[in-house]
Formats: sequence, structure tokens, C-alpha cells
Amino acid sequence: MPADLSASPGSGRGGGLVLLVLLVIALFACTAFMTVGVTGGWAFVLQLRAVKLAALLLVGCAIALATVLFQTVSGNRILTPSIMGFDALYILIQTAAVFAIGTSGLNLIDKRLLFVGQAALMTAFAALLYRWLFTGAMRSLHLLLLAGVVLGMLFRSLANILQRMIDPNEFVVLQDRFFASFNTVDTTLLGVAAVITAVAAIAIWRMRATLDVLGLGRDAAIALGVPYKRTTMTALLLVAVLTSTSTALVGPVAFFGLLVANLAYALIPSHRHALTLPAAALIAVICLVGGQTVLERVFAFNTALAIIVEFLGGIVFLFMLVRGAVR
Amino acid sequence: MTKTTAALAVFLLLAVASLFAGVSDLTPGAVLAGDPAAINLLLTSRAPRTIAVVLAGGSVAIAGLIMQMLARNRFAEPSTSGTVDAASLGMLCATLLLPDMPVIVKMMVAAAFALAGAGLFMGVLARIPLSSPLVTPLVGLMLGNVIGAATSFIAYRYDLLQSLAAWSNGDFSTILRGRYELLWVAFALAALAWFTADRLTVAGLGRDFSVNLGLNYRRVLLFGLSIVAMVTAMVVTTVGMIPFLGLVAPNLASMALGDNMRRAIPLTALLGAGLALACDLLGRLVNYPFEIPIGTMMGVIGSMLFLYLLLGKRFRAG
Repeated sequence: MPADLSASPGSGRGGGLVLLVLLVIALFACTAFMTVGVTGGWAFVLQLRAVKLAALLLVGCAIALATVLFQTVSGNRILTPSIMGFDALYILIQTAAVFAIGTSGLNLIDKRLLFVGQAALMTAFAALLYRWLFTGAMRSLHLLLLAGVVLGMLFRSLANILQRMIDPNEFVVLQDRFFASFNTVDTTLLGVAAVITAVAAIAIWRMRATLDVLGLGRDAAIALGVPYKRTTMTALLLVAVLTSTSTALVGPVAFFGLLVANLAYALIPSHRHALTLPAAALIAVICLVGGQTVLERVFAFNTALAIIVEFLGGIVFLFMLVRGAVR
Repeated sequence: MTKTTAALAVFLLLAVASLFAGVSDLTPGAVLAGDPAAINLLLTSRAPRTIAVVLAGGSVAIAGLIMQMLARNRFAEPSTSGTVDAASLGMLCATLLLPDMPVIVKMMVAAAFALAGAGLFMGVLARIPLSSPLVTPLVGLMLGNVIGAATSFIAYRYDLLQSLAAWSNGDFSTILRGRYELLWVAFALAALAWFTADRLTVAGLGRDFSVNLGLNYRRVLLFGLSIVAMVTAMVVTTVGMIPFLGLVAPNLASMALGDNMRRAIPLTALLGAGLALACDLLGRLVNYPFEIPIGTMMGVIGSMLFLYLLLGKRFRAG
């Protein structure tokens, strides 16, 4: 990937302008989300929607940052954490916890503590699992992609088996509590999720210059003095944490990251992470909040957003594959 | 032939085990003694189920083999080429638009959709630069995802999401006498491949080559894809999706026997049936007395075998 590191004033200013426009659209989408179709008590509706909006903002930022980071580290534009099975892994760990401890045990533990524990476990697993994918003999991107897709299927099927082995009555109770989706956003975790996302975002922001160098490829980055292994592992750790956060809040959204990151690359005339990261996050917010507003208020399709993202994202993925963007 | 004989022995063992595994007690002794209750149970439930598993497993495996020949790729099969997802979209449309029609009509609609899905897959493949053999299954899986998302959306609009999830996941637990006979037709169609194996093999060598040898390439391609589509549609309408079976069985067979299709067909069918029996049996025993559907069980075992094929030493396509 030929990176434009010169950061000429022209390209920088162009990027800044794009960011500004995106920010305005994002604010507009948020306002629309809060105000369109309010009937009855404003105070009640605004409070209800503010919680949901906060969740959508967090999820958008988490997915966008995780995807851009992951793509920089893996050196391509088609791999994303969820295509590699990260969020399926999260669901599997969560199901395994429910299976091993049971409802009564889980009710005793604070849900936030449980979430932090799960995220830590997931990070450890992901680090172990993907270390050999990235450092081993897996130099072929296609092999990595296919292995990731199949791994994701394996995780989902395993989780499915465990879900069936949990007592059906218990499972119905658990399903609402422990498996989130776009219309049942898990609000108890908002506080923890906000803190985690903020910390991760700051860490990524401080790494942005190193990430620019990492984008030049492994050999160039090492030659320029980047501690390659350590940076890669830190980045993968951040990706795991962010993916856990978004999956815990709204469940898996397979292709959302792919859509958002590639839109950001297309709109921003630069490879600098100082521009692509915020652009991706803003686009994610626009798509999530705007999409949810349109679907919920205009078409009254409540849960369809995830399905539509899956449909569009799949087509984009196919298109990228067919056009030979993967080499 | 020793490998085929060994596979046959394991297969027969699994089939007998499948007959006598289940919630209500059935022993070989009771059947031999002529206990009417035992014989009734055997004939209405256990035997149909075992036969259905064998027929579905065998025909899905052969359909996978045909798909691999035609797409010239080891990782192509109905569930990695959008065919299965297209069949289940067809089934959903038939359920919505023709609710009063007999199963056979719905199955024909599903088969037409499956054929269109397989054709779309082959069309996309013909248009892209195949920089790596791994692109083929990736394209197929993603095509399946997109079709699956469209299916989910339609099901969501008509409040059928839950029933879609229920019937699209392969499951033999509802098989009784009178509910699986369509699978005999599927197996007969798959067996037809035996007689046309040479032509399918030649068609697998590519358009120019087969035209050069005097083969009507388009007709053979259409014939092969039609068999795959019909088999897929019949299996999807009677039991649901069984992922990766058509991928794993032919690959294991070709490891043992090489790539001669006519020689590989019996072993492929045997391995497919055996694998399906093993998964179905395991699904019945793991969470006894409840069942885990074969679609889920095969999802785990099949994806592990797929990963083994991908990452194993034998893999030459890297």
C-alpha cells in the first residue's frame, strides 16, 4: 500500500474539510434521532433515546477504530475483526460462561465485573489464536481470510451446541439478558463500555504516528525503527477489547466495520491515521444513528439494521474480492 | 479396494448403532424375538431416520463432488457456493406465495432457485481473476451470506424468522415413515452422476478443452448443475442445511483414491453417509435425552475438518 506520509498541506486540508462535513452530518443524524416522531412526554422520550444514542455512538466508534487498526496491522483493506471471527469468539466465551456457571451463579456476580472478565479472557484467547495466524507461515492473505471465515463458523456452531445444552427454560431467560442486539441494547454496561472505549481510543490516538509507519508494511516499519512485534500485539489487544465492547452492547455486526473503514479510505485523500481514524468513527456514527432513525421512524423496521448491514457489506466484500483488491 | 471395504465396515456399524440409539428402549434382541412394539418402532421411526441420514449424506457428498469437478476447485460445494442459501430462499418464497401447494411443488421452486444460485456462482467465477484457488470458496461463502441476508430480511418482514431458523438448520429428529421418501429421488439423481462421470470430469477440465474433445460443454455443465440443484433442494426441503458435508467427504475420498471421479463416487457417497450418521448419532448422544441437530453438529465437525484441509500439510494450493 503506497502510503502518503508527506502530509502535504493540500491533502491535509482536504481531509480536514471532509472531517468537518462528516461531523456536521453526524450531529444532524443525532439530532434527528433524538427529535423525529416524538409524541407525548418529551422528558421521558429524550431520556430513553439518549441512552440508546449513547450506545450507538459507542458501538460506532468501537467498531470503526477496531477495524481501521486491524487493517493497518494486517496490511490490507478487506480483513476485519468480525470477518476473522472475533465477535463469534466473544459469543462463544459468553455462552461457555453461562453454561459453566449457570443462571443462579451468574446472578450473584456483578454484570460489569463479568463483562470485564470476559473481555480479558477474550483478549488472551484472541492474542494466542491470532499470533500464529499473523506471525506463522500464514503469509497468504486468502488463506488467512478463509481460515478466519471458517473459524468464525466453528465458533458459532460451538456456541450453538452449548446454547442447546443449557436447559431450554434457563436459556430463554438468559437470552434476553446476555445476548444483545440492536433493539435490545444492553444499557447496564454503558458506563463500563464508555470508559473502556475512551481509554482504547486515547491509546490508539497516541499510537497514530506509529500506525502510519506500520501502514508501510512490516519490513519498512522495522527498518524505520518501529518495535514491530510489540506494536502489533498492542494493536491486536486493543482490537480485541473494542470488539468485545461492541459485541457486548449490540451483538455481532459482521460487515459493518468493512463498510465504514473502506468508505473512510475512499473519502479521505490521505493515509494518515490522524484523519482516517476519526473519519471512520464519524461515518460509523452517521450510518448507525442515521440508519436506525430512518429504519425505526420512517419504515418502522426495528431489527432490520443488522440484516441490511450484512446484505450491503456482503456485496461490498464480494465486489472487492472480484475486482481483485485482494492480492 | 481395502480402503473402501474398511469404510463400508465402519459405515455398517454406524448404521446399526443409529437403529438402536434413541430415547425409547429398543434392543436387537426384542426385534429378533418379534416383539410387535419393537418392530413397529423400528419400522416407523428408527429405520426411516437411519435411511434418511444415509440417503441425504450420500447424495450431498456426491453433489459436492460434482460441484468440485465443475468449478474446478476442491473447496466448492453446495454450501460454499450459495446454492444451499438460494434453495432456502426459494423454499421461503414458495411457503409465502404458494402456501397450499404440495411439498413437491415447493421443492421444485427451491430447486429452480438453487439452480439460479449455482449459475450465478459459476457466472461470477468466470468473470474474476482467480489469483488463488481460495478465492472460489470465499466468493461462494459471501454469495451465500448475501442471499442469506436477503432471506432473513423477507422472513423478518413476514414474521417468519423463527420458523426459518427452525427448518433451515439440518435436523433428522422429525423424520418418520412418509416424511423422507423424497430423499430416495435425491439419491437416484446423485447416482445418475455415476453414469456421466466421464463427461463431468472432462467438463471440469475447462470449456476450451472439452469443446476440443467434442463435448457439448454448456449442456454437460447445465446437467451437472441441475443435479446439484435438485439434490440440494430435496435435502433442504426434507431435513434442512447440512454444512460442509459435500466439501469434506469428497476431499477425504480423493486423499484415499486420487482424482478419478468414477472410482471416487462410491467411496465419496459412503464417507458422506458415514459422516452424516456419525454426526447424527453424536448429536443424539451428547445431550441425551435431548438432541443436537445435525446441522449444528456438522457445523462444528465439518468446519474443523475444513480447517484441517486448509492448513494441513496436504494442502498444495497456498
